Amino acid sequence: MNAATTARPRGARASDAFANSGTLFRFALRRERWSILAWAIGLALATAAVPLSYVELYPTSVERGLIAQAVASPAAVAMMGVNHAEGDYHYGAATAHQMLFITGILVAVMSVLMTVRNTRQEESSGRSELVLASPVGRRAPLIVALLTVVVANLAVALALSLSLGSVDATGIDWSGAWLYGAAHLAVGISFAGLAALMAQLYENARGALGASLAAVGLAYLIRAVGDVAGNGLSWLSPLGWAQATKVFVEDLWYPLLPAVVFTAFTVVVADYLNARRDVGAGLWAARPGPAHAGRALQTPIGFAWRLHRGAILGWSAANLVMGAMYGAFLNDIDSMLAGSDILERMFTATTSVDLITTFGAVIAAVMAVIVAAYVVMAGSRPRSEEVAGRAEPVLSTSLSRTGWVISHAVVVAVGSLLVLAAGGLGIGLAGSASVGDWSILPRFAAAVVAYTPAHWVVLGVVIALFGMAPRAMPVAWMVIGFSFVVIYLGDFLQLPAWLRAFSPFEAVSDMPAESFSAPPLLALTAVAVVLLALGLAAFRRRDVPA
Amino acid sequence: MATAIAVEGLRKSYGSALALDGLDLEARTGEVHGFLGPNGAGKTTTLRILLGLLRADGGTVTVLGMDPWRDAVALHRRLAYVPGDVELWPSLTGGEAIDLLGRLRGGIDGRRREELIQRFDLDPTKRGRTYSKGNRQKVALVAALASDTELLILDEPTTGLDPLMEAEFQECVREAKSRGRTVLLSSHILAQVEALADRISIVRQGRVVANGALDDLRHLTRTTVVSRTERPADGLAGLPGVHDFRSQDGQVRFDVDSEHMGAVVTELSRHGVLTLVSRPPTLEQLLLRHYARSDASSRDSDVTVA
Repeated sequence: MNAATTARPRGARASDAFANSGTLFRFALRRERWSILAWAIGLALATAAVPLSYVELYPTSVERGLIAQAVASPAAVAMMGVNHAEGDYHYGAATAHQMLFITGILVAVMSVLMTVRNTRQEESSGRSELVLASPVGRRAPLIVALLTVVVANLAVALALSLSLGSVDATGIDWSGAWLYGAAHLAVGISFAGLAALMAQLYENARGALGASLAAVGLAYLIRAVGDVAGNGLSWLSPLGWAQATKVFVEDLWYPLLPAVVFTAFTVVVADYLNARRDVGAGLWAARPGPAHAGRALQTPIGFAWRLHRGAILGWSAANLVMGAMYGAFLNDIDSMLAGSDILERMFTATTSVDLITTFGAVIAAVMAVIVAAYVVMAGSRPRSEEVAGRAEPVLSTSLSRTGWVISHAVVVAVGSLLVLAAGGLGIGLAGSASVGDWSILPRFAAAVVAYTPAHWVVLGVVIALFGMAPRAMPVAWMVIGFSFVVIYLGDFLQLPAWLRAFSPFEAVSDMPAESFSAPPLLALTAVAVVLLALGLAAFRRRDVPA
Repeated sequence: MATAIAVEGLRKSYGSALALDGLDLEARTGEVHGFLGPNGAGKTTTLRILLGLLRADGGTVTVLGMDPWRDAVALHRRLAYVPGDVELWPSLTGGEAIDLLGRLRGGIDGRRREELIQRFDLDPTKRGRTYSKGNRQKVALVAALASDTELLILDEPTTGLDPLMEAEFQECVREAKSRGRTVLLSSHILAQVEALADRISIVRQGRVVANGALDDLRHLTRTTVVSRTERPADGLAGLPGVHDFRSQDGQVRFDVDSEHMGAVVTELSRHGVLTLVSRPPTLEQLLLRHYARSDASSRDSDVTVA
């Protein structure tokens, strides 16, 4: 043993572990400044717009009481959470109830994207090799990335508080507005910590991103199940903590404490792993694979399937679990109703079908919109292949540009069908088992699968953007965001029909509450084919890479 | 002579794949040390361990008297690194990347930065995503050379550069050497190594199989001799140390082990030498010999020259 290695205990020297953090921090803030600004302004405007429009649409407490009744159904509770206002469903209570769950998810997604982008993505691209070969502490990049994400969350929280606080509406006050911002901050830092941990475990950014986003979905699901069952399960979800503040109603701060503990825990573990592992390494070393390509891999479709296989299987499994969790408490809805005559009367009066099918229709729509995230991510694969330079060798063979894109599109189109089918199967199986009625399985599974053509339209938008404006591809996420708004708030915001028609999910009939209708599905498929053709035509004419 | 890099018995594996298997390496202060080996021999893994980016599984590593894993930051203040695959930030210009890396290293000499940008004919106003491989390498080279550190670790730094830039690079390395800097140069360009390296180490399958000054390594291998003699010299074929003997039209051609050179030439002269050409082995022959050897023999015949 050499003197230099034995004189001091093993491990990195602490005093230098964070060297040069300041320079890196300024650099990271500069790179993220427009992104941070866009998130903060976008979320603040969208949030403030809700009470402002409700003041117009529902000026009296009687009218507000009607919305409160509409959002008391188990399906609405699963989607949005519990309405904590016992008296007047004032604008503060309505905003917190109907917006917090979705802006909470958005803040979580922002944190995950930004964290992975500044950690594992820098590393797997090879850029951090240059940085870490400079006098930069080994632990500095991770901590700097997290600080940057904290700044982004602070900016979002501040923007939310300021925009809401300055709205003049019954039930909205400054103390609530500050808590509203803080609740988002709590959600944001929780998922930043989680994503930082995933970035240590996964060797590539795609894996870290997928696992972190899946965790966001799981947090939402746990909160949904917990809120409907009322069994405290929601306390296991960061989104549940934010909603437990009962902001604008009771203004509780203590539910944010678990977020602080959770964040501290994940950051400490991530930092521990980061300080001890090789640069570029994950938790698992890459396994060797076959030396020869199989027959299937040598076809364009087989090649595309190979690239998409992991994501399809992962999403299908996750969606099966998500469906099963929803399905498992269908029975609870029955029993909830049994104890509440008013609710039952209200629902049976407004619709001719039972509450379970109404609930099923909403869950099917929600699941379809969530899974559309898969379609956008997987549909963007040709673009990431192009940017990484992997498209060039493929396109310089006898495979045409059209053939290459179509093989990806076909696999993603089939993939979305499989992922939806897995979710429908989950709801159907667990629902049938819990209620004891096996007619639920085919009806509920069909309801979910019926959304496949809507997914194809989303895919069409992605491919059209890929051909025409590849740098604008993130715009495809707006289709999902808009569809969310239409499903959740379309009725309350009284959006006009022509505007709702921009959500491909609206055209699909609300099975199992409504009966199956083929023409809209055929129309959606036709729109998808036209979009795909547009994208292909444009892709044939543009530069690669563009 | 002081030692800049001392590596003994270095071991590293990725999962079940063994990358380094007891590698020894020594680079003396002020020398240009060539680090050669076939693809996948463990060159880049070694360099990354020297930088403290990877953690060794076993063995000792001392760079500028420090442990690169524990003293990474202090060490990095005294060295500069150019990776084989340079990746830059897509939205940053080359000039910004140079300044960022320079700032991290504690500031760079502005005059020297300008001079290097001129010499390497680099446009510092282009964005990272628009640079070719060669231009990305220039950015990393300028950033590394502008800070005038004690040690330069270069991992195939010029694979994307044109011959003009290659010449400029060699000049920069000579200047660094004349200022007393140490350079560890991993390279596949043999002419570059022959022109620059004082000593070389040849690595194969995670072990150094030969090291020393290029001349000494040559001395240990065979010299090719071509000669025309008055009388047929076919009898030389049976002498010790003579290999691949061929005779045609009064001309003989053979390889001879360096230690038998004297005896063979004496014998040759008895046949009335008309012409005599003797060629030392090129670095390429030297490498091919080391690269192509089977596992078993490489362990038996490791070559070391002080």
